[in-house]
Amino acid sequence: MINEYEIIETMQMFNKEHLDIRTITMGISLMDCAAATVEESCSRIYDKICRYAGNLVSVGEQISKKYGIPIIHKRISVTPISIVAAACGAKDYTPFAKTLDKAAKTCGVNFVGGFSALVQKGYTNSDKILINSIPEALSTTEFVCSSVNLASTRTGINMDAVRDMGVIIKKTAEASADRNAIGCAKLVVFANAPEDNPFMAGAFLGPGEPECVINVGISGPGVVKHALEGVKGRDLGVVAETIKKAAFKITRVGELVAREASERLGVPFGIIDLSLAPTPAVGDSVARLLEEFGLETCGTWGTTAALAMLNDAVKKGGIMASSYVGGLSGAFIPVSEDEGMIAAARCGELKLEKLEAMTCVCSVGLDMIAIPGDTTAETISGIIADEMALGTFNNKTTAVRLIPVPGKGVGDSVEFGGLLGTAPIMPVNSSSCADFIHRGGRIPAPIHSMRN
Amino acid sequence: MENEKNTAVVTVLGKDKVGIIAGISNLLLEYGININDISQTILDDIFTMVMLVDLKDLQIENSDISEKLAKLGEELGVQITIQHTGLFNAMHKI
Repeated sequence: MINEYEIIETMQMFNKEHLDIRTITMGISLMDCAAATVEESCSRIYDKICRYAGNLVSVGEQISKKYGIPIIHKRISVTPISIVAAACGAKDYTPFAKTLDKAAKTCGVNFVGGFSALVQKGYTNSDKILINSIPEALSTTEFVCSSVNLASTRTGINMDAVRDMGVIIKKTAEASADRNAIGCAKLVVFANAPEDNPFMAGAFLGPGEPECVINVGISGPGVVKHALEGVKGRDLGVVAETIKKAAFKITRVGELVAREASERLGVPFGIIDLSLAPTPAVGDSVARLLEEFGLETCGTWGTTAALAMLNDAVKKGGIMASSYVGGLSGAFIPVSEDEGMIAAARCGELKLEKLEAMTCVCSVGLDMIAIPGDTTAETISGIIADEMALGTFNNKTTAVRLIPVPGKGVGDSVEFGGLLGTAPIMPVNSSSCADFIHRGGRIPAPIHSMRN
Repeated sequence: MENEKNTAVVTVLGKDKVGIIAGISNLLLEYGININDISQTILDDIFTMVMLVDLKDLQIENSDISEKLAKLGEELGVQITIQHTGLFNAMHKI
């Protein structure tokens, strides 16, 4: 029999430490929805998503009830639309976004990801159309998320696309200016984008993925923080060991939910994403967890070291708990979605440059960061280029999700509501990089890409 | 899942008072649920009772047992939850 202490510990994780399953994401291949007309293709997409994911939300709720585990999101990821739409001959892909939006509404999920293009080495005609459709697609839909992979370790960095995405991000912000540029909160650019990521905004189902698959994203910064509170003042070896144990337990919950969801839906289980995902709720913050290491404010010296260790220990604990680990798998540091990050950014201790350093050792990148509305497209591209370089040259995933909020400047802040949280506008180094960005072309793949 | 016994853990957290065990046992009886084991203790000043119950053919997710227990908990001023044992086995056993 399970002992009492373990039961109480589990109850505390759910009740006080905000342990939850962040998302069950069903990946659905739309490869067979390509058609010669937009109407036919959209109708196939809508029917297929509703057929596969019709039960997703109710199955999620059943599992949640059986085990008493909160499952926050049920979501859908699909094949990048630039591939699916390529044959239809349209010059604008907004109707595809609207179809995804409608399907999401019908299925009751809160996001659908995959209004995406993979352009790490170059554009197809369809990729160009998709990218140009992003501003309108994201400002006229509610649930659709978009991502573009701009670089990979094997191919290098597509700097033409980096330049273009700076412009697209600005346009997306302007198109949703009446809602604090929320379109940009649903748009992310990647280096080395994982094809099985269950987390938004970057989820899509890569071309190597099966017909339909269940991927699960866990959460739990609060649980790890609580575990660390028990080892105050002890040496870092003890800290690493404590994080591993907590990560193991969290991951096992994810594995249990994933296996059960897969069985009930009759869909294969893909991966568990071992990410510590914060929310704006107090007690669910990665920044506060880093501060538990002994840092006064997240962003001060030592933050990168603490984050590196945290990220590594989470993986080491998690990998023992599940054989199929994938997606992003690492700590997330989205500024607006993390109570401690918001506080640190507000008091000026956490700066963009420090966040960039932190992204060298954790999973995502410059995430959910509001910047002044007058930041130029070239500067945004410059920030993206730096982040793509970190990912490409360090053989890891990195991403950028910036929100240049029209009409706002440093000192202001924007409220997105819900899990997207609140973002203080952070200052950006405004010295020009325009000539560099306008060179275009490709940054060649790093030498260590040649592994064969 | 399939090779597992259909058992659950009922947890009561809160302030001890008369009638908690009686209330829960009566409710479980209505559903034909058998109590296999009970233990209670005070942890961090919180009264804690843990029951291991045999659900037989009942499925928590297809019944209103969790809602009924939660409601009883509200009446008694404690928190009562029921969770399938699979959760604890997954988290605490290798």
